[in-house]
Amino acid sequence: MDQIMSNLGLLFEFPIVNLKIILDGVMIGSLFALAAYGLALVWGVMNVKNLAQGDFVIAGGYVSWFLVKTEWLQSLLGVSDNFVILLGVLVAFVVMGAIGWVCYKLIITKVIERDLFTSLLATFGLAIMMAQIMNLLFGSDTQSLKLEYDTLYFADGLIDLPIAKLIGVCMAAGLALAVVLFMKTSRMGQAIRATAQDSRAARVLGIDTEKVYAFTFSLNAAICGAAGAIIVMVWVIQPFYGITYSVRAFVIVTAAGLGNLPGVIAAGLGIGAAEQYGSHIFGIGYQQAIAVLLLLIILIYKLLRQRRLRQVLQ
Amino acid sequence: MKLKFATLALAGVAVAALSSTASAADCDEIHLGSAISLTGKYATNGVHAKNGYEFAIKKIAENGGVKIGDKCYNFRVSYYDDESKGDRGATLAERLINQDGVQYMLGPYSSGLTKAIAPVTEKYQIPMVEAEGASRSLFNKGYKYLFAVLSTSEQYLASAITLAAEMATANGKDPSSVKVAVAVENDPFSLDIRAGVLEDAGKQGMKIVIDEKLPRDLSDMTAILTKVKLLKPDVLIVSGHSKGAATAVRQIGEQKISVPMVAITHCEAADVTGNFGEFAENILCSTQWAETLTYEDPIFGSAANYEKEFKAAYSEYASKKVPYQTAQASAAVYVFKDAFERAGSLDKEKVRDAIAATNLSTFYGDIKFSDSGNNIAKPMVLRQIQGGEYNVVAPSKFASHKLVWPRK
Repeated sequence: MDQIMSNLGLLFEFPIVNLKIILDGVMIGSLFALAAYGLALVWGVMNVKNLAQGDFVIAGGYVSWFLVKTEWLQSLLGVSDNFVILLGVLVAFVVMGAIGWVCYKLIITKVIERDLFTSLLATFGLAIMMAQIMNLLFGSDTQSLKLEYDTLYFADGLIDLPIAKLIGVCMAAGLALAVVLFMKTSRMGQAIRATAQDSRAARVLGIDTEKVYAFTFSLNAAICGAAGAIIVMVWVIQPFYGITYSVRAFVIVTAAGLGNLPGVIAAGLGIGAAEQYGSHIFGIGYQQAIAVLLLLIILIYKLLRQRRLRQVLQ
Repeated sequence: MKLKFATLALAGVAVAALSSTASAADCDEIHLGSAISLTGKYATNGVHAKNGYEFAIKKIAENGGVKIGDKCYNFRVSYYDDESKGDRGATLAERLINQDGVQYMLGPYSSGLTKAIAPVTEKYQIPMVEAEGASRSLFNKGYKYLFAVLSTSEQYLASAITLAAEMATANGKDPSSVKVAVAVENDPFSLDIRAGVLEDAGKQGMKIVIDEKLPRDLSDMTAILTKVKLLKPDVLIVSGHSKGAATAVRQIGEQKISVPMVAITHCEAADVTGNFGEFAENILCSTQWAETLTYEDPIFGSAANYEKEFKAAYSEYASKKVPYQTAQASAAVYVFKDAFERAGSLDKEKVRDAIAATNLSTFYGDIKFSDSGNNIAKPMVLRQIQGGEYNVVAPSKFASHKLVWPRK
């Protein structure tokens, strides 16, 4: 209790710290939002709740890490580590897109018409498999990549802004924007949205929904992969870290609702900031508990609101 | 006739000469047993430990074996793979004792496996010398047949507190003015480390300004480091396996945290020098043993000599440092040799008492067991990363380099 009070005291004694906490939260939140957007896409379009979401993120991180550590590109093109690390985001996007497609053809397509429980089990199994395969391939040690950029300091060094993090956030924002534009303007994007609204009607109107499903799942894996490649250059990855990203993605999607992109982004950034505040005040051990607690509060709030709406209907 | 006698005499001399040089080869056998992780998550370190056992057995045989009375013996170990699982380890220990008739055991790898096997060896009153289980929970159960050559986990970073107190005194300040920040993972091993640090800091009257538990899936500790910036502690202690080390080193560098002393565990596992370069500079890392220490003994020679000969015997270690897990495994075998010779008997009760009375200087450090069976003679070693190299800076008696203080 004393510790909590003194932590709260620090927030008032050094108000600038609030700004730092919010900045840190927004930066990590932008990556949560990315993973959550992919989850919402798959959930909305094919009604599959992908429990392997976080593992796709981590796998993307390992793709980029592996690319940098083999030093194959560096010697072939004569480029620096930095360049390969940044390129890794693109490579992870492509490679994970392909892996996502394979996963769809092998597993997801078989469970898509089944009940909720079957698809949950299947994706849970996929999550375990992926984590173990990564463990066997890359070992259980934590890995990360380091971009050779400086850190910017403000307010007597109390606020630090590593340029690597800024680049990561900008890439995440760019990717989100690109996906939104794609969904709005391209034929495939339109087909995906049509399938999400009513898959039977879409099929009647000549949309190959099987192709749409495969593409959607593969796009989701690609988005996750890019998010993972950004995470490995800003934070650390480990084969069994997937679950933390899965949990946050679920919290965000549940809070924001399906098909609500601005909501997903706002919820992502909000959860990031809330977790940072929570870990400052209650201790870092409670970071994930904050996310789950928020989910609980949101669900209760939604339940109450629903009940009120129902009463109005009666 | 004369000639015949001469040849006979010559042959006799030759036989005598042969028998004295090849004495170790004619020795009898002492059968030891060990369940060790050759597969599963501890496989890497399990193999390190097994190599350490085997290397020691070879060295002891080369030096005339174990001498009990006027007879000599060599060690032979039966190994079983415990697959890094506790229940499997316990089953295999039963099998070693009941079916293979093993009377003396060498330990498995990790505290968890040791915890699983110790009740079995205790039940059958089989002396076990272990080298890889550091948790102090092993030594408060009243076990009488369990002995550990390594320092227990609460000592891992406690020496950093001693060092901080020394630095405070050297700079004309009272050790009680030192402020300590502790961030450890919420698992038994790291909590042992925290307990050791808090206890020693308490003795010196130091103030604990931050005391936080890291989550199991830690990837971001900016929240703690922001507090460190505001509260300006003199010592920062972080322990959270390799993810803790990686996250701490990276973010301490990014956020330019200027704490005079930063001490962490698992530096090598996280390869902080390779991954983060100058960010890792002047960070203190704890280790059980380092090859630059000035310990020595008649079998293995100096610590440096152990490193050299081990590398010659096991070429796969040629390009890296010999891990301390290997060194302490060798030391455990050496404890058995010493105990058998002092007991002068193969009776396991006499051997157990001889182990308990061990007072041995080895290349790995001094070994003397407390009543609970842990080694109380060997201190933990702190190395500081200086110019990308791990240099021993504490305890000062064995240090090869001077501590760089304050850090940045």
